[in-house]
Amino acid sequence: MASLCLLASLAASAAPVDFSKQVEPLLKERCQGCHGAAQQMGGLRLDSRDAALHAIRPGSSGESKLIHRVSGEKKPLMPPTGKRLSAEEVAVLRDWIDQGVRWAGSTTKHWAFEPVRRPSEPAVRRADWTRGPIDKFVLARLEKENIAPSPEADRRALLRRASLDITGLPPTPEEMAAFLADSTSKAYERAVDRLLSSPRFGERWARPWLDRARYADSDGYEKDWMRPWAWRYRHWVINALNRDMPFDKFSVEQIAGDLLPSATVEQRVAAGFHRNTLTNREGGVDNKQFAFENAVDRAVTVSAAWLGLTMGCAQCHDHKYDPITQRDFYSMFAFFEALEETDIDAPMPGEISPYLRKLDEYRAKRQALLEEYKVAPLMEPWEKNMVQAADDPGKRTDWDLAWAVLITLTERGDGEKIIRVPRERRSGRDQDILVDHFVKNYHFAVGPKPYEKTGFKELDKKLRDLRDAYPRLTQSMSVAEGPAMKHHVRIRGDFRANGAEVPRAIPAFLPKLNTGANPTRLDLAKWVASPANPLTARVTVNWVWQEIFGMGLVRTPEDFGTRAEAPLHPELLDWLASEFVARGWSLKNLVREIVASSVYRQSSAARAGLRDKDPLNLLLARQSRVRLSAEGVRDAALVAAGLLSEEVGGKSVYPPQPAGVTELGYGNRWGNSWPESQGRDRYKRGLYIHFQRSTPYPMLMNFDAPKANTAACKRERSNTALQALNLLNDPVFLEAAEALAYQALGEGDGFDARLDAAALRVLSRVPNDRERARFRQYLDRQKAIFENDAAAAKQLASAEAAGMPRAEVAAWVALCTVLLNLDEFVTKE
Amino acid sequence: MTPSDFLSIQSRRSFFRNCAGGIGTAALASLLEREGRAAEVSSPLASRKPHFAPRAKNVIFLFMEGAPSQMDLFDPKPELKKWHGKPFDSELTKDLRLAFIKPTATVLGSPFQFARHGQCGMELSEVLPGLATCADDICLVRSMHSEAFNHHPGQLLLFSGHVIGGRPSMGAWTTYGLGSESANLPGFVVLTSGVGTSAGSDNFTSGFLPSTYAGTVFRSSGDPILYLSNPKGISRETQRLRLDLIGDLNREHQEQTGDFEIASRIHSYELAYKMQMSGPELLDFSKEKPAILESYGVNREETKAYGTNCLLARRLVERGVRFVMLMHASWDHHSNLEGGLKKITAATDRPVAALLKDLKQRGLLDDTLVVWGGEFGRTPMSEIRRPDDPTSIGRDHHPNGYAMWMAGGGIKGGQVIGRTDDLALKVVEDRVHVHDLQATILHCLGMDHTRLTYRFQGRDFRLTDISGEVVKKLLA
Repeated sequence: MASLCLLASLAASAAPVDFSKQVEPLLKERCQGCHGAAQQMGGLRLDSRDAALHAIRPGSSGESKLIHRVSGEKKPLMPPTGKRLSAEEVAVLRDWIDQGVRWAGSTTKHWAFEPVRRPSEPAVRRADWTRGPIDKFVLARLEKENIAPSPEADRRALLRRASLDITGLPPTPEEMAAFLADSTSKAYERAVDRLLSSPRFGERWARPWLDRARYADSDGYEKDWMRPWAWRYRHWVINALNRDMPFDKFSVEQIAGDLLPSATVEQRVAAGFHRNTLTNREGGVDNKQFAFENAVDRAVTVSAAWLGLTMGCAQCHDHKYDPITQRDFYSMFAFFEALEETDIDAPMPGEISPYLRKLDEYRAKRQALLEEYKVAPLMEPWEKNMVQAADDPGKRTDWDLAWAVLITLTERGDGEKIIRVPRERRSGRDQDILVDHFVKNYHFAVGPKPYEKTGFKELDKKLRDLRDAYPRLTQSMSVAEGPAMKHHVRIRGDFRANGAEVPRAIPAFLPKLNTGANPTRLDLAKWVASPANPLTARVTVNWVWQEIFGMGLVRTPEDFGTRAEAPLHPELLDWLASEFVARGWSLKNLVREIVASSVYRQSSAARAGLRDKDPLNLLLARQSRVRLSAEGVRDAALVAAGLLSEEVGGKSVYPPQPAGVTELGYGNRWGNSWPESQGRDRYKRGLYIHFQRSTPYPMLMNFDAPKANTAACKRERSNTALQALNLLNDPVFLEAAEALAYQALGEGDGFDARLDAAALRVLSRVPNDRERARFRQYLDRQKAIFENDAAAAKQLASAEAAGMPRAEVAAWVALCTVLLNLDEFVTKE
Repeated sequence: MTPSDFLSIQSRRSFFRNCAGGIGTAALASLLEREGRAAEVSSPLASRKPHFAPRAKNVIFLFMEGAPSQMDLFDPKPELKKWHGKPFDSELTKDLRLAFIKPTATVLGSPFQFARHGQCGMELSEVLPGLATCADDICLVRSMHSEAFNHHPGQLLLFSGHVIGGRPSMGAWTTYGLGSESANLPGFVVLTSGVGTSAGSDNFTSGFLPSTYAGTVFRSSGDPILYLSNPKGISRETQRLRLDLIGDLNREHQEQTGDFEIASRIHSYELAYKMQMSGPELLDFSKEKPAILESYGVNREETKAYGTNCLLARRLVERGVRFVMLMHASWDHHSNLEGGLKKITAATDRPVAALLKDLKQRGLLDDTLVVWGGEFGRTPMSEIRRPDDPTSIGRDHHPNGYAMWMAGGGIKGGQVIGRTDDLALKVVEDRVHVHDLQATILHCLGMDHTRLTYRFQGRDFRLTDISGEVVKKLLA
């Protein structure tokens, strides 16, 4: 691969030496007998780095006595007895010395774990090209390689790019026209400010954050119950981003919002971050095991999303590559082990007073229903028998089953915990949950026939209908801190195998927490979001960079550990990180800074010479062409068609999907369905599409949306036939094409004006002459087909428009489908 | 421990590999190179050489979801009759992890008779008369074990090697490792029948691999592949014109931008069209001999769904599809074990036998590995959900010893591997863990399970997680 010439010059010439595998055994076996702890012949020890430096010069094997002696270059030859070191063994030692003498126990540091220092801006020759520090860092590197940056993209391309990056949507023709008409020097900056203040910003940037949060609208396992209130957390994220909540605050509230002094509802909603774990409600599932797995997942997710650390590797053993010990892992895990899941009232504006006004009436009607069906007299013995079955299992198989059902299938709460609290001490909320469960599931205990006699099936429906008929408060999944407990390492990661007790702590190789003996999750959160922690700011600016350029400065966003390739622009990364913190952790400022740069504004066209030198565009001598995200493709089509709903936030939506998708999941047996949205909700942005983990919306999967099992710090961008079929044949995209055709036909007169109108909406540009000729020829041929096939014309074009015959309108729809399938359409250039 | 203990081993090779990380084919090429295989890759699904000479080219995995009951189908336990209706001594059951029942549950002897079949004399249950005629072709493993005892984790373990979700499935690993031989069909196809499965799309997910490697579901109604047929109003002519113009404009745009990725998009549209053209031919059974249709039971109500999928499976491997997975749910007989097993075997047994014979007769069985099994087995003890209703009797989950079978490419048929104790509680001979099964399947395909890896979140993952041994006794 010619592409790698540049990289070869950047990499060390020899394969790196593994001290513990290649060097240490050699030293132990052949040297330390005389030069070790027991004796130090000639005063030399070779069992610690400091001591060994008497015979070694890091970086230059040629000047190292050790090499002189073992190679025989100088006398006496070492070791003096036994076999000589082989040529390979000597070469290993040479490489090890040339590579800097890495030694277990020495103080060599990994760049990402070092404090962020603000680097000084480098000098560059072409200072006129630079607009700010970002440009200087990039240009300095380019000049070192004798590569010139690319010219600025044309204004249309620039506005389209900035719109997609900042809001996730292409510009409307009106926005484009206004921008092109603004000939003042700050036109671009003004456009950027307009985009940053758009509520679309929060939607666009929420999506990749939700990827990290492994957000979904369902449990994930088996029955994969829907989570009707999951959206409340998403709503919080969108709002926080739109308000440009400082990222440190944004972080603290999600990691430990529930523990903040007099935590607000919104802060407790934010802590719902931790509720995006998967839940298994299979019969007989071991709740202790899943509580453990969830705590592991929480520790791993926080580590990946904020710290860029692959903590999960240390669940079973010390990390193989990074200095994360198993003890470190469980010390981190300990912050999450006592966390308890809880659901809270999280009303949206305007919900509370109607709710309160009707509350007494609702309670009275509910109570009347419970009395009418004589719930209390049956429920009391049920509770007694249930607890008895739990405490003395195996006596009655039917009650055992009923108990198993209670502990896995309680809706909105933890049935086991509730039933163990005496009736008079239960909260009203918990009592309702238990009553609802009892009414719905009593048949597990007594069998179908007695259950039928109670009429509870009917009551269950009546209770639900009643609840639906009265105003309700929006709920949110949240967390709370449970009773203090002791934390232990788990041997080989097995939840049942307690090892040594561990305190809550930050991994030992990172700066310590400055708190007392018993740090809380809130202390952890504050540490994560503090400038003292070298990782959060770096990881976050890298994330934003990746979102904008398609690739991070560190290309493994989830792994800033020692196996991560060092960034080509380390100083730029640190400058961005220090600037980010200095400017109050503002994401909007950071985005503004980046999109204002000359680096950002370059054309994305490939350049002949560049392709061989830097095919992956690591040096940033041009912009990159990046395929839009799954949601981005759909959103762009809806915008072009003029269909997009502008409602920000709110519940998840169910746009049309083919029959048989949801049915594939086991949850289909349990009532999961796809209640297709009507009206404007069909056209809400992709991030609002209900994400059912076991049977996700197919278009999202086809275009590489993550599966929401673990923190996804970057998305794949594949290019598949299924994507082609999706864009060509999915009725959703056909509907968009039809709407687009009507827009274009209404906006122009004559072929050219109409084609321009459609192309502007889809590509933000007008076609060139060759393209125009091809479109014209295509339109004529399609028209001829539809003239001979009136039925097809009618199917494609539901109405006539612009005084045209139906066949011609249908041909325009067919033309619009082509626009919506072009590579240029699904790509940010 | 300090950072330097662990300082990165940043070999030049890994540096190159990481450089290619973001770009489909380049990344793949370098990954293959790392495994010591050819580095020329034209597309992510291009067929490529395995690690060593394979015994099988394709896999048909007959996934029987819900945990089929081994002692009612494959592993006769007359001793249980003696215990029938009584609980085991507590000493015997103390290590069991059970989903619903308690260790004191009473024992249930099988309601079915077993007889010996084939020259090998394999003992099989009376509810598998079709399979009985193939006894000399299958290798029955009676010593499977797993550690998962719930369905979703069990299925995750079986197909992704780990009880927690997020990792690629076996079919995805296979197409990632070998690509596809088919120019116009996906490399990994999923066929479903019965009700939905516990693990849903996790059973065929690409996990953290590129989505190209995910299983494509062929649906039993509507379009076999989502969006395969032209929408209403789009005739074949209109579609061809659309594709021609899209291709032209994309090509022109590639010239302007110089972006090679556009070439891969152009290719994806051509492949999409080929899929559209070949889909109907694939589903058209009119050229199949009536005797074949009859043997699969395509036209009989009880076998129609599964028979159709079995016949499709043969047609798919014939056309070069690498991994075909049939999911049939559900064998989860917590209650009504006897009636439930009769019904589900009536729906599946004859089609499976027809598939094996058809593959063999066409010479395809030598190249095709067929695997039959579920995520774990069932308890010798009964589960009684309604003490007042004798037909409600069933069995609970049991991962400590159960049965699966394999046949075809690389497998030595006509033999039984492994043994469970007389009470069906645990394996006592030739234990085969789920990871061993996975290692063996990959081995048959010419891949070393320890070398088929993918780096994600800093770790090189593999299908068999951190264990797995090829089961040599299974191999021909």
